[in-house]
Amino acid sequence: MKKSNYRRTRFISNIWFIVLAIPLLLFILFIGYMCFYLLKNGINVISWEFLTRPPASGMTAGGILPCIIGTVYITFISLLFSIPIGIFSAIYLAEYAPNNIFTRIIRSSVRSLAGIPSIVYGLFGVALFVRTMDIGLSVLASGLTLGLMNLPWIIATAEEAITAIPGSFREGALALGATKWESIYRNVLPYAFPGILTGILLAVARTMGETAPILFTGVTYFTRELPRTPLQKFMALPYHLFALATQHDQLLKVRPIAFGTALVLLFLVLLFDAIAFIIRMRIAATNKWEV
Amino acid sequence: MNIRKGVDRDIRKVFLANAILAATVLVGILVFLLSYGVRAFFPSPLAFTDPSSRPVKVSEFLTGTVWNPDAYGQPSYGIIPLLLGSFITTLIALVIAVPLGVASAVFIAERLKGWQRITAKVIIELFAGFPSVIIGFFGLLVLGPFLARLFNVPSGLNLLTAGVTLALMSLPTIITVSDDALLVVPNSYREAAYALGASPWITATRIILPAARSGILAAVMLGFGRAVGETMAVLMVAGNAPVIPRSLFDPVRTITSTIAIELGETAFNTPHFFSLFALGFILFIIALATNLIAESLFRREKRSFTL
Repeated sequence: MKKSNYRRTRFISNIWFIVLAIPLLLFILFIGYMCFYLLKNGINVISWEFLTRPPASGMTAGGILPCIIGTVYITFISLLFSIPIGIFSAIYLAEYAPNNIFTRIIRSSVRSLAGIPSIVYGLFGVALFVRTMDIGLSVLASGLTLGLMNLPWIIATAEEAITAIPGSFREGALALGATKWESIYRNVLPYAFPGILTGILLAVARTMGETAPILFTGVTYFTRELPRTPLQKFMALPYHLFALATQHDQLLKVRPIAFGTALVLLFLVLLFDAIAFIIRMRIAATNKWEV
Repeated sequence: MNIRKGVDRDIRKVFLANAILAATVLVGILVFLLSYGVRAFFPSPLAFTDPSSRPVKVSEFLTGTVWNPDAYGQPSYGIIPLLLGSFITTLIALVIAVPLGVASAVFIAERLKGWQRITAKVIIELFAGFPSVIIGFFGLLVLGPFLARLFNVPSGLNLLTAGVTLALMSLPTIITVSDDALLVVPNSYREAAYALGASPWITATRIILPAARSGILAAVMLGFGRAVGETMAVLMVAGNAPVIPRSLFDPVRTITSTIAIELGETAFNTPHFFSLFALGFILFIIALATNLIAESLFRREKRSFTL
């Protein structure tokens, strides 16, 4: 009697959990379908010519080389800015920052920055880089705007990676007479490096796909020449996709190229995500000091 | 020896300077948006040559129901339709995403272990990193037409499609943060419930979920922040007519898409140009408040478990 009662409760509980799993399952199926749809429609467009030629005949033919180069260029410039500042800030927050109100304000500001909409960064880029500093619409202005945007992401992951290194690593060096900085430089940063790299790779993936911050700071629909200096306008993959999907006057004619652009962009983003994920798994597998 | 000590002292200052610089970005954004935004309400240098560039009235900006800055001679700068556009699309997104997201999070936190859990979380994280322009593209080509056929309306570029698209985009945030909130609940709560004979289902819904309510609320707030600040996807699927929508199938224009559409075509130093910064400032304040509230909610949950 009692045993069957227990079984019944258990059965009902399991039924409810199955119901609960439906939304998650649908969501994952949706993500899968979306990837399949983009792959199905874009794969035939991808060819060596598509990746290595500029657009031709009013975007209805040719390739997307200038967009790939533009996206790589602005992402690179954003990292030149955000990697050093991000890692230095993270070292301060993880190793030096005393537990006081001043530190709490810095931490809170950096965390808040991560939640500011990307279009607000775009406005800030216009006001600061394009107007006040008079850099003009350019690779540099866009790159710096993106750098400001991915700075909080890099700080967050780097701080986490540094904090994860046990105190004994530092104490060993300090006991042998090393200064604080020497202990960090030799005994902490080398072991935190894979974690910091993971954060940088994730930042790369997300920076490449951002459209709103570059919309008014230098991206353009079409330029004949590749940006030779960082002060020229440029083409970029996400904006190219946006323009081909909504702005072009022959939407159906450019649709295949839009699919191809979407697929290349998604591939690049997922590639960097995947590398970051593999490094994260290896960290989890090798870091045996976490008991 | 002294050189090493000196390096040690100076390098600390370098790190501190960088941390301060990073934190200053937030103040910088605030100062620039504010100083550019308020210039919309004062006479611009162009006002003497172009009568249509009169300054915007603060009362008109905050309470006006027409947004039409391009009307020659009679531009209107009422942000009500844009504010409503942002809030209604976000509301629809949350109505869809909160129940689905919290349900998914409970399932992941209470039922999935090992590789199943990792797989589910990785897929969701990957989707969170999808460029919004790609999700907008998919919304434009698949989701919009699908919803239009489903409800038998002529165009899929409307409030409903925008809401559904934003729901999909805020789901990863809601699931991930809710999952964290559920994991913070100590295992002793589960053990106590089991010891009293509660089933796993009763434990999850009556014990764990209520105990994590502050953290779940934080997840909802962050989902709200994500949806209200989203630009490209909503720009591509919302139809973008700057009027107050009367039904689910009317086009709608949000604050973010207004900035995205108009900033590129607006001359510098005009009230119109600066009014877009005022819009950005409002968006900034909404996002900042959302984040601070979410952060304090999550802290409250963590505090509630410390003895």
